Amino acid sequence: MTLDLSLLPDGGMPWITASGAHADIVLSSRVRLARNVAGFAFAPKARDGERLRVLQQVRDAASHADLLSHAVLLRVDEMTATERRLLHERHLVSKELAEVDAVMARSGAAVLVGNEAALMVNEEDHLRLQVFRSGFDIAGAWARASRLDRELGDALPMAYHREFGFLTSCPTNVGTGLRASVLVHLPGLVLTQEIGKVLAGLQQMGLTYRGLYGEGSEVVGNFFQISNQTTLGRSEDELCDHLSRVVSHVVSKEEEARRVLIRDAGYIIEDKLWRAYGTLRYARSLGVDEAMNLLSGVRLAVGLKLVTGLSVYTLNKLLVFSQPAHLSLAEGRTLTESEASLARARYVRGVLAGEAGAA
Amino acid sequence: MLCNNCEERDAVVHLTQIVENEVTQLHLCEKCAAAKGIETTVAVPKHPLGDFLHAVQQQATPAAGDQVRCAYCETTLREFRASGRLGCAHCYTAFESSLRELLRRVHGAGKHVGRDYEVPEGGDAAPEPALATLQTRLQQAVAAEEFEKAAALRDQIRALE
Repeated sequence: MTLDLSLLPDGGMPWITASGAHADIVLSSRVRLARNVAGFAFAPKARDGERLRVLQQVRDAASHADLLSHAVLLRVDEMTATERRLLHERHLVSKELAEVDAVMARSGAAVLVGNEAALMVNEEDHLRLQVFRSGFDIAGAWARASRLDRELGDALPMAYHREFGFLTSCPTNVGTGLRASVLVHLPGLVLTQEIGKVLAGLQQMGLTYRGLYGEGSEVVGNFFQISNQTTLGRSEDELCDHLSRVVSHVVSKEEEARRVLIRDAGYIIEDKLWRAYGTLRYARSLGVDEAMNLLSGVRLAVGLKLVTGLSVYTLNKLLVFSQPAHLSLAEGRTLTESEASLARARYVRGVLAGEAGAA
Repeated sequence: MLCNNCEERDAVVHLTQIVENEVTQLHLCEKCAAAKGIETTVAVPKHPLGDFLHAVQQQATPAAGDQVRCAYCETTLREFRASGRLGCAHCYTAFESSLRELLRRVHGAGKHVGRDYEVPEGGDAAPEPALATLQTRLQQAVAAEEFEKAAALRDQIRALE
């Protein structure tokens, strides 16, 4: 099948507009709920026929849910590896559902993409309901996720246990099944070497962090995904409030670090960031990690108002669209790493030239 | 298992000592182990799943319970310990006692206090039997030479697959 992304509202990325609060530091806020349909084995253990029936039931239930009534169904199990990877690069499907290294994804693997919510089907759990918001807005994400959860739970019987709560394939998700997370950009804390303390603090507060692309991904470009670590024994509101409180503290720490940088190392920082901009603007070949690190620099420059005329929305777009599968799909063929580096540099140059006037 | 020294924290370092031909086992928490100058090679897991599998390993005494099998999806406790994944909702009942301890370690709590959920009418009443159950019944029917019943079950299985 050919993946027609024009069908996706906002390309499936309502967060990319950078319209939310603190959007230069907090790229997106997400709430995800893990649910399983009662009466079926969990997706990894279920037979092909069972997963397909789960998919059918979920589609029926979703068609009556407000946030998903006009959703587009993407059959991940009918896609090429590049198309699956692209959905993963947009954070629409997890690495597990995309099975990026496999020839085919498991049968029944799908994602429903609506205006404000997306629903992964037959991931490790039958349903992974996700709501993304631009900027720092966990409360808004939770309010929508909760509403959608109720609508789906009224139409479909979910696996639930009086004592353990919502049952999930992995016991690390049991109870609320809730993972609230923010994707944050913390170059100030990294440059002032305060980041170690902050990350250690997160773990003490029952939170955890990962790289841009979730579990197992490395931290590149100073992008961190911060989320709650436990799901049982606290209510959804408590989990969301706790994360929000800690993250707002992290955001103010980042702002403070940026002030320190400008005060104590103004010209050094300014030079570094302009060099990053210059490389992105004129380089002929850019590796994926290199591009992310340079984009991090320019993002900081925009945050510090050193570079003007370049929007955070453009920076978000550059971050996603310069990923390997996006470049391959734009070029209409699978690219080797060196071809992708050339294509990436060409793409970034084009966008920055279009927004020139920054200097 | 609690630390032999402080008897407060969970033991994560398991030391086998041989003193005068006598083998003794010492179980210590990280703090006490460090205080005794014992190098800990315990990796500090960064991800929830890592933490969780770590806890599973810690818990995995070669207990008799390993062979416990979920009657619904046929996952064994051993398989669960190896993969960290349960096979179906019924596994939570089948492995309840092991899970209680595990959940307490992983989440620091054992009881759900979030959204209370009422399974919608008709939903929970008669969940369709999963394939594994049907297959077990089919085997039983064949063994008992109840061929008509076996044929009906076979058709049900085909429909599901």
